[in-house]
Amino acid sequence: MSELFSSPYFGVALSVAAFGIGVKLQQKLKTPVCNPLIAAIVLIAGVLLIFKIPYEAYNAGGEIINMFLAPATSCLAVAIYAKIKILKQYWLPILVGCTMGSAASMLSVYGLCRLFGLDESLTVSLLPKSVTTPVAVSIAEPAGGVVPITVVAVIGTGILGSMIAPLLIRIFKVTEPMAAGLAIGASSHAVGTSKAVELGEVEGAMSGLAIGVCGIITVLISMVVL
Amino acid sequence: MKIIKQIGIIFAVCWLSQVVEQALPFAFPASVIGMVLLFACLVTGLLRIEHIQEKADFLLGNMAFFFIPAGVSIINYFDVLKSAAAQLVVICVVSTIVTFAVTAWSVKLTLRLMNARGGGAGGPEQKGRMGGKEKGL
Repeated sequence: MSELFSSPYFGVALSVAAFGIGVKLQQKLKTPVCNPLIAAIVLIAGVLLIFKIPYEAYNAGGEIINMFLAPATSCLAVAIYAKIKILKQYWLPILVGCTMGSAASMLSVYGLCRLFGLDESLTVSLLPKSVTTPVAVSIAEPAGGVVPITVVAVIGTGILGSMIAPLLIRIFKVTEPMAAGLAIGASSHAVGTSKAVELGEVEGAMSGLAIGVCGIITVLISMVVL
Repeated sequence: MKIIKQIGIIFAVCWLSQVVEQALPFAFPASVIGMVLLFACLVTGLLRIEHIQEKADFLLGNMAFFFIPAGVSIINYFDVLKSAAAQLVVICVVSTIVTFAVTAWSVKLTLRLMNARGGGAGGPEQKGRMGGKEKGL
């Protein structure tokens, strides 16, 4: 029986089924708390634990899915290229905003980790948590971070950001749609961008741009400090 | 064949980015090199957006799915998560708010400085124009 579970087909099929349920749940409940990715992770973890299927068996299929991570990250270039006109026209505020935002994110995480006395590997895992998952993982992993902690922190941050973005816009009196969009993208990457798109066209476009720009800037910063 | 060609192009870019990663004297994530390479190909006209549109839409649209295995491996780290759960939540909340505020304010300030110099962007009429442009994309 256990050989059957370690077939790569099992892991891929289980992942697709769990993700499908997650997407359906979100459509029904219409709340960012019920993120399809989180739902799928919880469902699969539940199945593995209940049926005592080892993680390694699931991961035979998992590795095939992992293979698509780098191509998906590369395709962020297509998303940026689609907005190249805005990028050219507003390169200065975009660059300044994303640089300051990325630096603020990493500094605040580093400061809080020191304050709480978290160890080196947890700190590194959390440091890139405001950028999109593939970039965050590629920063945390070689530096000795715990990849699943990074993934959970990144998604958690994204969900949180998309939930509180409208509130933050009011609290910090962000009247310019460009500033709001960049702030959402810089603080909560792709999950936040789905909220920014709902707020308006400019917000959505800017938030989408911030994902890629902040990703690159965060990599550059982490090269210097790590 | 169209989709196979697109997969071929994107995977080739990813492979090239791994070659570049090996060749670089410092550590730089291959996936980000791939992003820069692909962007450079599009800007220089080496690749046109039609060459990869469908495959890129597929990958971008289903981005979350590809992270499921990475997330599921959390079951190997439950003890780490349990020992620091409260701190992790505080760190996520505080740094998200800080990042949002710093980004929003530095963009605001930059726009204001650009406006003060006259030739800048960001006035209400400029925004209206940009909204119009976006519809065309």
